[in-house]
Amino acid sequence: MKTTPETTDHGGDVRLTGISKRYGAFTAVHPLDLTVPQGSFFALLGASGCGKTTTLRMIAGLEEPSEGTVHLGDQDVTHLPPYKRPVNTVFQSYALFPHLDIFENVAFGLRRRGIKGVKKQVEEMLELVQLGEQARKKPHQLSGGQQQRVAVARALINHPKVLLLDEPLGAMDLKLRRQMQLELKRIQTEVGITFVHVTHDQEEAMTMADTVAVMNAGRVEQLGTPTDLYENPRTTFVANFLGTSNFVEAEIDAHSGEEIVVKAGGGKLVLPAARCSAPTTTGGKVLVGVRPEKVSLTHADDAGAIPAGRNRITGRIADSSFIGVSTQYVIDSPVCPDFEVYAQNIDRDPRLVPGTEVVVHWNPAHTFGLDATQDIDAGVESVEEEAA
Amino acid sequence: MAAVTEAPPPLAPTAPQNKPPRRRGRLTPYWLLLPGILWLVVFFALPMIYQASTSVQTGSLEQGYKVTWHFATYWDALSEYWPQFLRSVLYAAASTILCLLLGYPLAYLIAFRAGRWRNLIMILVIAPFFTSFLIRTLAWKTILADGGPVVGALNTLHVLDVTNWLGWTSGDRVLATPLAVVCGLTYNFLPFMILPLYTSLERIDGRLHEAAGDLYAKPFTTFRKVTFPLSMPGVVSGTLLTFIPAAGDYVNADLLGSTDTRMVGNVIQTQFLRILDYPTAAALSFILMAAILLMVTVYIRRSGTEDLV
Amino acid sequence: MPFVTWLKRHLVVIAGLLTLAYLLLPNIVVTVFSFNKPKGRFNYEWQQFSTDAWKHPCGVADMCGSLSLSLQIAVWATLGATVLGTMIAFALVRYRFRARGAVNSLIFLPMAMPEVVMAASLLTLFLNMGAQLGFWTILIAHIMFCLSFVVTAVKARVMSMDPRLEQAAQDLYAGPAQTFLRVTLPIAAPGIAAGALLAFALSFDDFIITNFNAGSTVTFPMFVWGSAQRGTPVQINVIGTAMFVIAVLFVLAAMAVGNRRNRRQA
Repeated sequence: MKTTPETTDHGGDVRLTGISKRYGAFTAVHPLDLTVPQGSFFALLGASGCGKTTTLRMIAGLEEPSEGTVHLGDQDVTHLPPYKRPVNTVFQSYALFPHLDIFENVAFGLRRRGIKGVKKQVEEMLELVQLGEQARKKPHQLSGGQQQRVAVARALINHPKVLLLDEPLGAMDLKLRRQMQLELKRIQTEVGITFVHVTHDQEEAMTMADTVAVMNAGRVEQLGTPTDLYENPRTTFVANFLGTSNFVEAEIDAHSGEEIVVKAGGGKLVLPAARCSAPTTTGGKVLVGVRPEKVSLTHADDAGAIPAGRNRITGRIADSSFIGVSTQYVIDSPVCPDFEVYAQNIDRDPRLVPGTEVVVHWNPAHTFGLDATQDIDAGVESVEEEAA
Repeated sequence: MAAVTEAPPPLAPTAPQNKPPRRRGRLTPYWLLLPGILWLVVFFALPMIYQASTSVQTGSLEQGYKVTWHFATYWDALSEYWPQFLRSVLYAAASTILCLLLGYPLAYLIAFRAGRWRNLIMILVIAPFFTSFLIRTLAWKTILADGGPVVGALNTLHVLDVTNWLGWTSGDRVLATPLAVVCGLTYNFLPFMILPLYTSLERIDGRLHEAAGDLYAKPFTTFRKVTFPLSMPGVVSGTLLTFIPAAGDYVNADLLGSTDTRMVGNVIQTQFLRILDYPTAAALSFILMAAILLMVTVYIRRSGTEDLV
Repeated sequence: MPFVTWLKRHLVVIAGLLTLAYLLLPNIVVTVFSFNKPKGRFNYEWQQFSTDAWKHPCGVADMCGSLSLSLQIAVWATLGATVLGTMIAFALVRYRFRARGAVNSLIFLPMAMPEVVMAASLLTLFLNMGAQLGFWTILIAHIMFCLSFVVTAVKARVMSMDPRLEQAAQDLYAGPAQTFLRVTLPIAAPGIAAGALLAFALSFDDFIITNFNAGSTVTFPMFVWGSAQRGTPVQINVIGTAMFVIAVLFVLAAMAVGNRRNRRQA
């Protein structure tokens, strides 16, 4: 095989244009535009049934889109069958061929393309995933983590333009999953191939991917870097699906350049205008959100010691649970019935027990504003269902 | 890492633009089904129709048969051969019950108690299949021979007195009696009972026994309330797999029985192959088929196990 | 009483072993009587030890001919039923199509039908068509009744197969034909083998359907049946014993190979 120089930048771009998938009356994926740049680690995140796997399978060629096109670099592959696409997949539960040993599993793609003398390549690939010793074992003799690495090696050896990973870590326990996340990240950095990773685990998506697309009900809700998605969610679904958020329903009171002042209950809260994705007409409704770990808790008797300029809400501790690194409180407040607060266990105030009157306060810079017409709890249940 | 980064990806040919999606393999299932299904239609279903038509024909071998819608053949056949029909059902039922009683402990033994002997016992259950069943059935002639050790033992234990009184045996003989025929039927179809029983028992999680014991069930109660109900699919398919062939069998009645133990299979065989009275034979065969299909359907409905296929 | 306790605990085992004895007793008798030297035409009573029959297994007129005919029919019937049955099984598991229920019933019915009914009705068909009874009619009948068993065995295996394996093969540049040959077929092989083995055993040992549709052709089971009326040569027992021993050895060998492979890989 003679080396052809990669068309450096965009050879591995995945471009989905107006792509959709319908099964009869059911629409699994609504028309969708998405570009995954060459060399990136891209995650499609969502609950089961949100269309993320269907999207992945359309890139792989295992599903034909109802409309729209799939481009790899400059090549239109929409109607190419999977065995003619320069794309490989790491399947959910790996789909290793049980009748072939590890070596033959890894060599499968090379042999199908009629490449002779695969031994050296296979051995090098097995070294990359640290399985050189296991070449002659059958898949069922390997542990879950090893099988997963075989699946990765079997796909990567074909030098695909894009590697697709369909819930590759789904079947593993937490500890192994952490380890494999780092391992996959290492391999991706080493080979520089575009990875498209489908997962329902928000933590997994955030640890591994440079770009995450959050999908819900066949649509992409928001696309961005993990930090961006977490800090600036634009929908309640994203705010709830990635981590936990507290929401207070409020009415816009004043709009002064960089800041918006809102009324909630009897008090006022401030949020940066740049972080409000809702319409900001005075008198309009807005959902004011803040993450539980950005919030501090002070006993009502010490309320005077809270620095000025912070957003504050009063309430009573309904519940508290100690989980080691932090203590999680649920605050019953007139403006929000279960406001969650994660407090680092640095200087614990022993008076903060259930029933205590407290003031919850935070830096207005950490506040975000969302359109109030949405369901506050969108995305909460999906997380719970996946966990069950 | 050179191998990974330098070799080019396989270059796939560019697909023509705007090509409509291909409908892959719409007809494939029909091509796959065609030869086999055709075979079954021509050599299984069609013969049933021919048989039905033969059963309402009249005529003779010399002058040929014609369809005359002579349904009286059915009535004549039933009124003449009802004892053989009854016997078929009774013998088949008796051997099915015996198969269940004998087969269950063995299936249970293989599934739960055999340990490392499991495979060996399995082989010993299956291996007789590979010896002609006729040869094995003939062996029962030796085992049950008049004056032989088995008959002698039964005589000494006064078992024969009981069976004589029940009409299962006569005098000092076992051979050429209903008992011998049922014994042969039971023997021949026992593996068909054991295998499905084993399959359904083997699926039962052993921890269920422990759980039942933990919840104050004695061993027999555990069996009655947990093991047996869970093995019902095996019981149902096992009883069907023994009853159906037993009811149609004529080999055991012929080899081990006498003229007084003739079953409906014997009549069909004789009418078809010796007397050459095709309409009567066809009518008998049709009645047997209808009766068995009816019984099987009712049985499956009542036992609530529809997923046998 | 410790004995009663022991008996109670091992009741199932004892009953099971008694059943096993009941199953194996005829085979023991067949084996023992293969060394008999009977007085009359029938080999039902023990007379004296002799290895004559083992020395001349084909010493009876027509017996070995019928045996070879049975083997031929069994091989062809197995081949036919396995190919047709495997095709049907794949169609049933892998595709959605109309008349699925009808196809399933057509597969199930031959297994729920007494043999004598199928035998008699097939004979009426052959008589009506004026077919010459013999090798071909036997083969047709055998393929017919073995087909359903093959479908059932293969179906079970293909159903338990992860469809992602084939998708993975496609993803790794195997076209439809390659996918079938390299992945689907090897993985379905145990089911196909089981179906074929069953078909072989059923065909080789079939008597009732063969008896109706053989005309004057004599297969091995028909030879045995005939000899039950005319006189049973000892050689029948020799064949019966040999078949039993070969079957057991075959299975033991297969198991030994499987064990060794597992141990080597472990």
